[in-house]
Amino acid sequence: MLSMFKDSLGIDMFQQRTATFFPWFHRVITPGLLLAFAAFGLPAHAGPQAPDAFMQQLSNELMEVVRKDPAVKSADMQKLVNLVDIRVLPNVNFQRMTASAVGPAWRKATPEQQKRLQEEFKMLLVRSYAGALSQTKDSYTIVVKSFKGSAEDNEVVVRSEIRGGNEPIPLDYRLEKNPDAPGGWMIYNFNILGVWLVDNYRTQFSQEINAKGVDGLIATLAERNKSNSRK
Amino acid sequence: MPRLTSILRLWLATLLLALVGCASTSGANPLDPFEATNRKIDAFNERVDQAVLKPVAKSYQDYTPNLLQSTVKNFFGNLRDMWSVVNNGLQLKPKETVETGARVVVNSIIGLYGLIDVGTPFGLQRHTADFGQTLGYWGMPSGPYVVLPLLGPSTARDTAALLVDRHGDPWGQINPVDSRNLGTALRLVDKRAQFLGMDDRLNEVALDKYSFVRDAYLQKRRAEVRRGPPSDLDELDEKNNDIDNKSKPNTQ
Repeated sequence: MLSMFKDSLGIDMFQQRTATFFPWFHRVITPGLLLAFAAFGLPAHAGPQAPDAFMQQLSNELMEVVRKDPAVKSADMQKLVNLVDIRVLPNVNFQRMTASAVGPAWRKATPEQQKRLQEEFKMLLVRSYAGALSQTKDSYTIVVKSFKGSAEDNEVVVRSEIRGGNEPIPLDYRLEKNPDAPGGWMIYNFNILGVWLVDNYRTQFSQEINAKGVDGLIATLAERNKSNSRK
Repeated sequence: MPRLTSILRLWLATLLLALVGCASTSGANPLDPFEATNRKIDAFNERVDQAVLKPVAKSYQDYTPNLLQSTVKNFFGNLRDMWSVVNNGLQLKPKETVETGARVVVNSIIGLYGLIDVGTPFGLQRHTADFGQTLGYWGMPSGPYVVLPLLGPSTARDTAALLVDRHGDPWGQINPVDSRNLGTALRLVDKRAQFLGMDDRLNEVALDKYSFVRDAYLQKRRAEVRRGPPSDLDELDEKNNDIDNKSKPNTQ
């Protein structure tokens, strides 16, 4: 495991140096090396996978589905939501995401309120995530660049990029180690273009909680989900 | 220079509006002391968008040939890339400068003045950079959040930087003025057309669109400013880590 981590560091330094002088070489070599690295990480069933290898594998699988599954192209919302449910959600710690977005009020909420918050927030996000998936182009690839921390850490940040458009789009994840998760890691926050999702919901939720309390927030979310599903 | 003065006037007007707003708000978010005024300008922008810009962009997308649309997008994208090269250079980012620079050269020459994007298939990606980002890179704080009339989300720093951005934009040198204005309008419509559908999604996911856009804008700008050597990223991520964080994440 330790030697694998060193490998990834070596690749990083190599990339940076070559990329400066010869950007095209970098484009070809990066996915190649990363694929090789991901493949190297695959048989690691005994212990948890390296977080970057895990995210690369998950991203590749998802992009494969986007390219091949007719449900994605049909933009059938129910099918898309099912897809996200099966493919993505087992790797997401939704309770932590919700707790973090709700903030201090989470601890004062009853278990029933917490459950409802989680359900409604999940529905809100899954729907918009599914909508975004249906607009993903076939030419896009997700390339995991690096991760912050070591494979021994319980929490790491994995950086990746969506390529295939004319500008690379940064996409980062926060992962926590979880032996019960399918890949050994759970996502608990992510960002696109530097915008962390959970952080962006904090103000949204606190405004609502300050005005109408936790039950008010639940009602607002439920109402929003209802009106979204009518569209 | 009538162009520059009109922008300067706009900017001063915004500052003035912002100061007026200062007196009337409680300042719930430390980065948005002018929230009341900002919300008013935002509502105004929204109305203009719904009444004029969005319908025009929608017709543009639906009724003009795709080839024309991509040509327009490529041409203005190439102009923007030129200014990005300068700013990447000012931020001492060799990879971004060289890659975007090579892109401009290839697109301007082989791509016929940037009408065809030859760079992207060659693997030359653009790295957008503007002067506000350059100022931030060298340590200038963003200052308060400002919503500009017609132009939308910005900060005090980015608004000031707009003056330089406009000056560094090759399209600003085009004469006669009529052609320049026509081009600027087309550019605006093209830009808006690229974001069609996004505001519907925003209305779905945001409970309060104004603060959702504000927080996202500030987060995005902060990330753009600090995107550089990985060591910088790590330090700031540590601060921004959200585990059981009771305080507001929006601290500069």
